[in-house]
Amino acid sequence: MTHDPITLTLSGITKIYPGAVALDSVELGIRGGEVVGLVGENGAGKSTLMKVLGGTITADAGRITIDGVSHAALTPAQAAALGIAFVHQELNPFTNLDVAGNVLLGREIRRGRLGRIDRRAMSRKVAGILETLGTRFGPDDPVLGLSLADQQMIEIAKALSMDARLIILDEPTSSLTLSETERLLQVVCDLRARGAAVLFITHRLSEIEAVADRVVGLRDGRNAGGLPRDDITRDAMVRLMIGRDVKRVCQPLDHAPGKPVLEARGIRTEAFPERDVDLTLHGGEILGLAGLVGAGRSELARVLFGIDGARGGTITVNGHPLARQSVAEAIAAGVCLVPEDRKGQGLLLDFPICDNIALPSLSRLAPGGRLRPRAETALAEASRERLHIKASNLRRAVAELSGGNQQKVVLAKWLAMDPKVLIFDEPTRGIDVGSKAEVYALMRALADRGVAILMISSDMEEVIGVSDRVAVMCRGRIAGTLDRAKVSEEAILHLAVE
Amino acid sequence: MGRKDIGLLMLVLTVGAVVALINPRFLSAVNLANTANLIGLFGLFSIAEAFVIVTAGIELSVGSVIALLGVLFVDMVAQGVPWPVAALIVLALGAVIGLTHGWLITRLRLQPFVVTLCGLLIYRGIARFYTNDGTAGFTFGSHFPTLEYLTTGRTAGVPHSVVAFVIVAAGAWYLLHRTVFGRHLFAVGKNEEAARYSGINTSRVIVLAYILCAVLTALAAIFFAMYTRSVQPSSHGNFYELYAIAAAVLGGFSLRGGEGSIIGVCLGVVLLQELQNLVNLLGIPSSLNFAVMGSVILIGVIADTQFERFRTARRQAATRAAVDATSAKG
Repeated sequence: MTHDPITLTLSGITKIYPGAVALDSVELGIRGGEVVGLVGENGAGKSTLMKVLGGTITADAGRITIDGVSHAALTPAQAAALGIAFVHQELNPFTNLDVAGNVLLGREIRRGRLGRIDRRAMSRKVAGILETLGTRFGPDDPVLGLSLADQQMIEIAKALSMDARLIILDEPTSSLTLSETERLLQVVCDLRARGAAVLFITHRLSEIEAVADRVVGLRDGRNAGGLPRDDITRDAMVRLMIGRDVKRVCQPLDHAPGKPVLEARGIRTEAFPERDVDLTLHGGEILGLAGLVGAGRSELARVLFGIDGARGGTITVNGHPLARQSVAEAIAAGVCLVPEDRKGQGLLLDFPICDNIALPSLSRLAPGGRLRPRAETALAEASRERLHIKASNLRRAVAELSGGNQQKVVLAKWLAMDPKVLIFDEPTRGIDVGSKAEVYALMRALADRGVAILMISSDMEEVIGVSDRVAVMCRGRIAGTLDRAKVSEEAILHLAVE
Repeated sequence: MGRKDIGLLMLVLTVGAVVALINPRFLSAVNLANTANLIGLFGLFSIAEAFVIVTAGIELSVGSVIALLGVLFVDMVAQGVPWPVAALIVLALGAVIGLTHGWLITRLRLQPFVVTLCGLLIYRGIARFYTNDGTAGFTFGSHFPTLEYLTTGRTAGVPHSVVAFVIVAAGAWYLLHRTVFGRHLFAVGKNEEAARYSGINTSRVIVLAYILCAVLTALAAIFFAMYTRSVQPSSHGNFYELYAIAAAVLGGFSLRGGEGSIIGVCLGVVLLQELQNLVNLLGIPSSLNFAVMGSVILIGVIADTQFERFRTARRQAATRAAVDATSAKG
């Protein structure tokens, strides 16, 4: 292991998944004493690229050159040995250990023949690192009760304890307050001064403006250009991120939307308890809900559907308030959710297709609580016809269907309930192009019949191509709403990033 | 009847035939009636257990509840409480126990294993304290003709415990396989989150399952108390929860929840009693009783999972072949 500044070049990195090219000949270079900002939309390939660098996935083509030595792929152990360290967005500290135990986890200092853990030596070593970071806590403090920012510092301390020469920060500030963010940015500058290379991934463009020496843009898995220090501005970065050819994939609304169906006022979710969300959904419209991952869109959907309780606010459907905040009440009022996690939340995978479709409708199909298999089969048959579900036998487990057909089964569940408001959370994630088009056509057909549709999507093409109106969420609030004439990738991104 | 049930029925018949061939006494009227009586008694609480297991839960306090409620029932009746009142009190206490377990599991989010393990210890302890570790029994010569007729009597040679078992089994079959509540039990056991996202009040379903289980266990407690006529609280009902779990697992219930059938658990009870009988009649040392039962369950479960893997592999191969055929055409 060397302590000299790192020189790292990624060249021609390509990663192909069935049906999608995640990375296409991506180039990226970084050297010690440099902070590089990596920007791109959701799904632009940032995370995949970082996983290639960290050795958790193997690229199909391309070279990783570190200090003049070229590798086709790295293993996680190799990456660590070469001094590459990650600070992840999701923090998973071991709250049963103290700070030193977390920092040196798996690399505990031992002594004696029995390999007893030498707590004092560990504490000394970690104290030195924490001093350079200027933290407010010491090595022997418990992790439980530390703020998110302090937990982030532990991750950085961990990277330093491994003598990391390249530190990759993946959305490190997404849960930090302003002053905590400032401290973190100061640490980034200190790291650079000590000769480390820092790769900084964030949606908060102002932070990149503040610390980055260079910006690299990714778009659709390809290099979208770069910016030198003097050209880094918010607008220039947004221009790097956008530029996709987006066309309408769905007929627009050809008449004025109907009257408000769902009105949410001052909703506060558990994730963002001090942000109010106001949302009005009209009959006959498809309202796209855009925003970056973690902006609080799914949390809002779960509150509207009654899965999670709200910290505050009111929800009314056609003027009637939803009081008890339970799923049963939401469904009774005509609010249905096609959840993001189809396999975990949308379906009972081992259950027959027929039973899945009938599950919410049982109170109607089974008067007096006695199941009427024939009524269930009739409903499932009708759904198969209507939604073109490709299934040879409706008694077979829904797990045997393709992703697109599974999604149609989820839809069939709710269509049988005659919904007034249908919320889609990432409606076409992981389904094929043909089924996507069918889902869009179906959404439009439902809207034409007066159903109000809220579509959460991280797929820009989908948001722009399908929505009649787009609301953009950012950090737990609605940053703005765009009418169809004003909807553009650029306008959405400007609202979605801070 | 599902494929698993038919397989289990075959096993029941085979084991029965083997025992009968080796020792014809197996088919004697006395032995059949005795075995049937035990099947009835053990069947009642095994069905109870099945309702909890299908929700991916577990109820470990069955044996202790049988001891505690048995002690209380015998004591109340011996003290002169009219037996129908005593029976209602015991059933109501069962409901309270089930409600408490369900509440702790759904509201306080405690693990079913922990809650009912504590129940196992608590109820046993209370039962022993209540009688000062003595035996609860009726005074010599006392008779309760109606009660005795209902619980331990016979009609045309069929023990009434078997009649109760058949009635409860039929009701349980209807409830689990033919009602919305039954469908919800399976859904909650299979994937609680997806059930919630479908509008099912999952907490209510789970609480009801524990109540149902405890009330049926209370019914079993009355039958057991009348069968033994005296209840020794330190040993009465020991290990019965494990017996019930074994019967349910044999009957195709998965401890992960969402799977199983009432016919299966009934056949499981029959098979376990058959094995007990086999040990007795074939002169196998009765100390090996548990070892024989354990071995048969283990072999059965291994065979079942291996068959399942085989079937899945065959199905996947068929799907792949179909996909290849269509893509070759296209």
